Amino acid sequence: MNMLTRGLATGVIALFAASGAMAEAADDNLVINGDIEIVTRTEAPAHLSDTMDEVMSGWLFRGEETRAMEADDFDNPGMIFVEQGEDTWNTAEGTEGKSCADCHGASSEMAGVRPVYPKYVEAAGEVRTLETQVNDCRENRMGAEKWGYTSGEMVNMIALLSSVSRGLPVNVAIDGPAQSTWEKGKEIYYTRFGQLELSCANCHEDNYGNMIRADHLSQGQINGFPTYRLKNNKLNAVQSRFKGCVRDTRAETFKPGSPEFVALELYVGSRGNGLSVEGPSVRN
Amino acid sequence: MATGVKPRVKVPKSAAAGETITIKTLISHKMESGQRKDSDGNLIPRSIINRFTCDFNDQNVVDIELDPAISTNPYLEFDATVPEAGTFKFTWYDDDGDIYEESKEIAIG
Repeated sequence: MNMLTRGLATGVIALFAASGAMAEAADDNLVINGDIEIVTRTEAPAHLSDTMDEVMSGWLFRGEETRAMEADDFDNPGMIFVEQGEDTWNTAEGTEGKSCADCHGASSEMAGVRPVYPKYVEAAGEVRTLETQVNDCRENRMGAEKWGYTSGEMVNMIALLSSVSRGLPVNVAIDGPAQSTWEKGKEIYYTRFGQLELSCANCHEDNYGNMIRADHLSQGQINGFPTYRLKNNKLNAVQSRFKGCVRDTRAETFKPGSPEFVALELYVGSRGNGLSVEGPSVRN
Repeated sequence: MATGVKPRVKVPKSAAAGETITIKTLISHKMESGQRKDSDGNLIPRSIINRFTCDFNDQNVVDIELDPAISTNPYLEFDATVPEAGTFKFTWYDDDGDIYEESKEIAIG
């Protein structure tokens, strides 16, 4: 009996020690395939200078095994979906009988596109996400049907476009014609929603690094999207994650693709300016 | 008939004679367990990879039986000792009778 009690006590201490160690962001470097160096922490962009000194990728807030999965494409389950996106890239569709590759060339030619989205598109007169641009191509250049905003095909395509930009710094423009949308996104970020009255900032700015029950709060950076989540075995679009977060505050959520979420994506994206594109990343 | 099935393997290009290397394999496959029902309540027939083998120069390395509880896109990782240069041959057996094969050369040096 005595032995049992002691055994239990040791177990409890070990548990506390483990959770204590978890509360810090990991001190680790991410190099994918021994080749692509990923910036997972860097100086905060100028517009955040009053708020924080350093911005950190969500990768640093995950466990050792999860971090290791992202360091090798073979171990990263998200890469299966990138391959499926690559197949779609080369498949002709729609009334024009064109594939993405017919206009854009190889998918690797698209390196540098992901890091600047969402951005103001002159021809459309509005800030657009990469998803909106993909659907614009499908409708107007291919004569194909639009994909659902967070559908499997769409997420695979965004994962492909992210994967070819891995290692490049996120660099969304917040001034000029994008500024009003950016201000709107900022307002949403700091607005408390739902019965729990939580804003994005309450968790991801005031409490990153702390535990929220069993989970380790990150800064809520979106440089790693689309994200392969171990909890649902699939790639998750950034705006699906926004929806999940807002839902968790017990609020009516905005729809993925809505002007509110586009503005929020621009603002949250700008908070990660300087971090490397990581998608498809691996998270819990 | 399983669709979108694609095998992948990762084997070092070379090893020292007698060295133990790690081999990683992954096959994209839906691994339908046969226990789920569709929206009309009909049982979805079982469709899984039921066996995986790896041979090195016609000598068996592993022979694995897979069961319905194994999830989508089965990933198998194992060690093998390489006595000489040769070829690893990987084979996946599908419930529907299809066989998927992949092979990788390894050099000594």
